[in-house]
Amino acid sequence: MLYDLLLAPFVEFPFMRRALVGGLAISLAAAPIGVFLMLRRMSLIGDAMAHAILPGAALGFLIGGLSLGMMTLGGLVAGFGVAIASGFVSRTTLVKEDMALAAFYLVSLALGVTLISASRSNLDLLALLFGSILALDDPTLVLIVSVASATLIALALGYRGVVMECLDPGFAAGVTRFGWVFHFGFLTFVVLNLVAGFHALGTLLVVGIMMLPAGSARLWTDDVSTMIAIAIPMAMAANLVGLLGSYHLGMASGPAIILVAGLIYGASLALGPHGIVRRYFPRRHLEA
Amino acid sequence: MADPILAFEDLTLGYDRHPAVHHLGGRIAPGTLLAIVGPNGGGKSTLLKGIAGRLAPLAGRIVNTFPHMAYMPQVGDLSRDFPVTVFDLALTGLCGRRGMFGRISRSERERAIEAIGLVGLSGFEQRSIRTLSGGQLQRLLFARLMLQDAPLILLDEPFTAIDQRTIDDLLEIVARWHGEGRTILAVLHDLELVRRNFPETLLLARDPLGWGPTPAVLTQDRLETARQMAEAFDRSAAECHRAA
Repeated sequence: MLYDLLLAPFVEFPFMRRALVGGLAISLAAAPIGVFLMLRRMSLIGDAMAHAILPGAALGFLIGGLSLGMMTLGGLVAGFGVAIASGFVSRTTLVKEDMALAAFYLVSLALGVTLISASRSNLDLLALLFGSILALDDPTLVLIVSVASATLIALALGYRGVVMECLDPGFAAGVTRFGWVFHFGFLTFVVLNLVAGFHALGTLLVVGIMMLPAGSARLWTDDVSTMIAIAIPMAMAANLVGLLGSYHLGMASGPAIILVAGLIYGASLALGPHGIVRRYFPRRHLEA
Repeated sequence: MADPILAFEDLTLGYDRHPAVHHLGGRIAPGTLLAIVGPNGGGKSTLLKGIAGRLAPLAGRIVNTFPHMAYMPQVGDLSRDFPVTVFDLALTGLCGRRGMFGRISRSERERAIEAIGLVGLSGFEQRSIRTLSGGQLQRLLFARLMLQDAPLILLDEPFTAIDQRTIDDLLEIVARWHGEGRTILAVLHDLELVRRNFPETLLLARDPLGWGPTPAVLTQDRLETARQMAEAFDRSAAECHRAA
């Protein structure tokens, strides 16, 4: 019974195993990235970036067909282009980063949709938006796992710089001339993870596995490394439970994973020490 | 005068072509303890920003022979609700010397504990900075400055909204830095405090109105002149052609 429920889907179907491996790898890297995005108050940046990547991936598809290489390349070029351009604008003009990014991604999105409709292709826009985690092939898995590994190594090495840039950017600028390296380096990995993730979860849903576990973890702890340590298993659990749920209930897999992540977020919102229940039923205050 | 650590050469700093510091010249010897006073909008913070390299001069230049400095802005970028402990925030003071990758040694951790103790925050090490009062946070920023261990220290209104006891504690730290031969520039408004603790003063009301020993600078006449400075931008101001 338990076997049928938990193991059988993965034992019997290779595509379920691939989906699980891909999802777990994405969780490992995307969750910590999400924690930093949240701490920088850039929780919506992932979404904006995802929109910026979409037309690049679509253009890649129009040129190369359903090829992993061309779509990845297109997504990366569009993502990096928008990230670098908006970073440059926010650092040289009065326009702040959120407005700079909003402007570029909106133009990028409109450009992409124009190109797609002009070409009258049979591009499956839904697959691009919401992914196809049950159809991951070997090269895609290798891409996802490579990006996840690179992200973890980079975050481990650059941890102090990224935290400093979040905590006190003015101070970071005073003690090192390379603050911008950490800023752009971090954005690079945001884009890389979004591009790797969109093959599985689609450009829009991949933001969910990035941000929802981060928001959930915030409600349980006040410490950055603990937050990361909590967010990763939450994202992994959402992948596992989401895949199993979609298998047994016949639902679409990508959305199921994000819905489970949403349930975890809801539970954290209610029960976490910084959540709603504690807010309205506080423990007695201390002596001093 | 010993070789200056810092020199201003006909320096003009400002915003949108309007000067906030106008044609300032002068040299600062190592070990100077200088108060910068003047009315709001007189260019005090702007001058510190310029020295810290956050603002490019409109004209003239700043010669800084020792680029390693510690700067405490009036309004910092510190994100107060970022989840970080008092101890970890103090440790960030070491990033200037240790960089973003260097290992923090045991003795440096002990120095951080010591600095936190010197500003009177012992026992707060594991508290989140979100729970600190304004004065406690200011004390913590002083601890971070101590760990930066910089020969040049810029303080922009460091004692605003701080209780008297804390001010006295922090002034003691400033005096200790002075004793260690560091150069300290502090923007201040409390003239009594300046008279008691700062041997040298620069009176700035866009144009420099006086610079020298504090009693000679803070005279009734000069303070009255400073008070009359027009704060607002003069929209019809002509281009300045004052010779260097």
